[in-house]
Amino acid sequence: MRNAGSIRLAAEPASRVRFATALLFSCVATALAANVHAATLLNVSYDVARGLYEELNPAFVADWKQKSGETVGVDQSHGGSTKQAHSVIEGLPADVVTMNSPLDIDAIADAGLLPKDWAKKFPSASSPSWSAIVFVVRKGNPKALKDWSDLVKAGVQVILPNPKTSGNGRYSYLAAWQFARTQSNADAASALAFEKKLFANVPVLDVGGRDATTTFAQRGIGDVLLTFESEAKVVVSTFGADKFEIAYPSLTVRADNPVAVVAKNADKKGTAKIAEAYLQFHYGSVAQEIFARRGLRVVDAKVAAAHAAEFPQIKTFVVDEAFGGWPKAQAEHFATGGSFDKVVAEVKR
Amino acid sequence: MSAVVHSRYRAATSEPALVRWLLIATAITFLALFLLLPFAAVFAQAFAGGFKVFFAALADADAVAAIKLTLITAFFSVLLNTLFGVAAAWAIAKFEFRGKNFLITLIDLPFSVSPVIAGLVFILMFGSRGWFGGWLSDHDIKIIFALPGLVLATVFVTFPFVARELIPLMQAQGSDEEYAALTLGASGWQTFWRVTLPNIRWGLLYGILLCNARAMGEFGAVSVVSGHIRGVSNTMPLHIEILYNDYKFSAAFAVASLLALLAFVTLGLKTLLEWRHGDELAALRGH
Repeated sequence: MRNAGSIRLAAEPASRVRFATALLFSCVATALAANVHAATLLNVSYDVARGLYEELNPAFVADWKQKSGETVGVDQSHGGSTKQAHSVIEGLPADVVTMNSPLDIDAIADAGLLPKDWAKKFPSASSPSWSAIVFVVRKGNPKALKDWSDLVKAGVQVILPNPKTSGNGRYSYLAAWQFARTQSNADAASALAFEKKLFANVPVLDVGGRDATTTFAQRGIGDVLLTFESEAKVVVSTFGADKFEIAYPSLTVRADNPVAVVAKNADKKGTAKIAEAYLQFHYGSVAQEIFARRGLRVVDAKVAAAHAAEFPQIKTFVVDEAFGGWPKAQAEHFATGGSFDKVVAEVKR
Repeated sequence: MSAVVHSRYRAATSEPALVRWLLIATAITFLALFLLLPFAAVFAQAFAGGFKVFFAALADADAVAAIKLTLITAFFSVLLNTLFGVAAAWAIAKFEFRGKNFLITLIDLPFSVSPVIAGLVFILMFGSRGWFGGWLSDHDIKIIFALPGLVLATVFVTFPFVARELIPLMQAQGSDEEYAALTLGASGWQTFWRVTLPNIRWGLLYGILLCNARAMGEFGAVSVVSGHIRGVSNTMPLHIEILYNDYKFSAAFAVASLLALLAFVTLGLKTLLEWRHGDELAALRGH
């Protein structure tokens, strides 16, 4: 045994470590290799998309089997969007990323794992679905919170996650800013003053969107929760339509859910073609239907029309146009010394 | 039984009965509030959806994969830490060398370092942008976001358990028996297998049990190095977090109760050990 081993090792020194690793973990591999397919994609995604992809992935697998005869598998990894992006940058072998903020895919592009013009690779800025920030209020809307201006009134408690650490928080902050700025006689200074009043009404700043939901819905803190419409629908269906309802403000922000092939990983694994097809599948009627049923707004006009009753007309703006793109918005509002830091410093005093 | 003992030795304890009862009541209330009640809550919540939901949660393919991965990770971590622990304790207890105190301090390091840091350390070393990242990816070796990373992180966190149990035990036993074996002509290995190991076996088992309990429950370090891939790199604690965040409370607590049960088994074995081999473990009470 030892002889055979050393001959093998001497012949191919480069593979020595690989051989040893293989030997060490071979028994483990058999245990873990329960779902081995011709090719397995890894979709690294944001936290609350778990249920969505549990439904979408089998649909894609069936579709691909029918089209090509190949059996593929799709593994899912979920976590906070930014944390997931960091994992991909540090070597998590994602074939595709499906995120809830373009900022996170930009970060992966900056690390050289996918082309910087990723947003142009698929229709609708590579975003097959989107959502918007809405208000979740307690049943009957006892404090009559209908628009952003209602949130800064005295005695109102607003729950939203920290804009420094969460997508929901950033979007909510920018939506409030844009609302304040577009009022008559408004400017950047009055927008900042509006944010200060708003955050003076915030009793808890949770780290992530789900934490904020738990604070509001389960612990019963606050009068209104600012979150994505898709999450708001989950709150209403999980905790009961007899307890919560959704209110739509006069203006809100459109939050795209962008997708991209992680070219460097997919090329290396030889999965680029399937990865591309997987993301194309997101735009097909089957996937669009799944998105719509899960409370996400879709880009396919037919599917959107079929679900029009569940998605009231809303007036939205996009960050690219209103704030000159995410990098600029990030630098001006959420970086150290940005407007949010000023708001927090003021509120603390 | 204990009442008899108490009355016979009353002279030794001068506190009035009221104080003693108050102290005992306080301790029991504390235990009930901080240990029993939470445990009861876990099991109550686990069965809140009925037995069907409970077993469905455990039979779920992702849950089974998580349980398997947890056991595999714990197995390798405990194996590595046992080898290391015995070697370190042997070196420290039986030999005099420079830097011995430094080594003892190093062994304790994981107790004082946050598990999150432990995870991040491995990202810094083995991540794509880490020290060895480029070389590893050139050779197609996966460490973090795969099983080796989970094992490494767990090994780091559970590092002190076996060594910490063995060091005082071996120090108390001294080297006399080993010297005797050597003078009788035994080789180094024979001495280890026939003299040292039998002497420390209960302490070693105790250390392994503690190490295992900690390894199965580890969350922080593992969360950092896991790729969070369902059915592939989610351990039980991570799976519980996912279920909880998905509002699947009953399923989350079903898996949690299984993890708690595993801890109970460990605790039971530990109690059994203490009861059967209390004398040999006496040296452990020193720390």
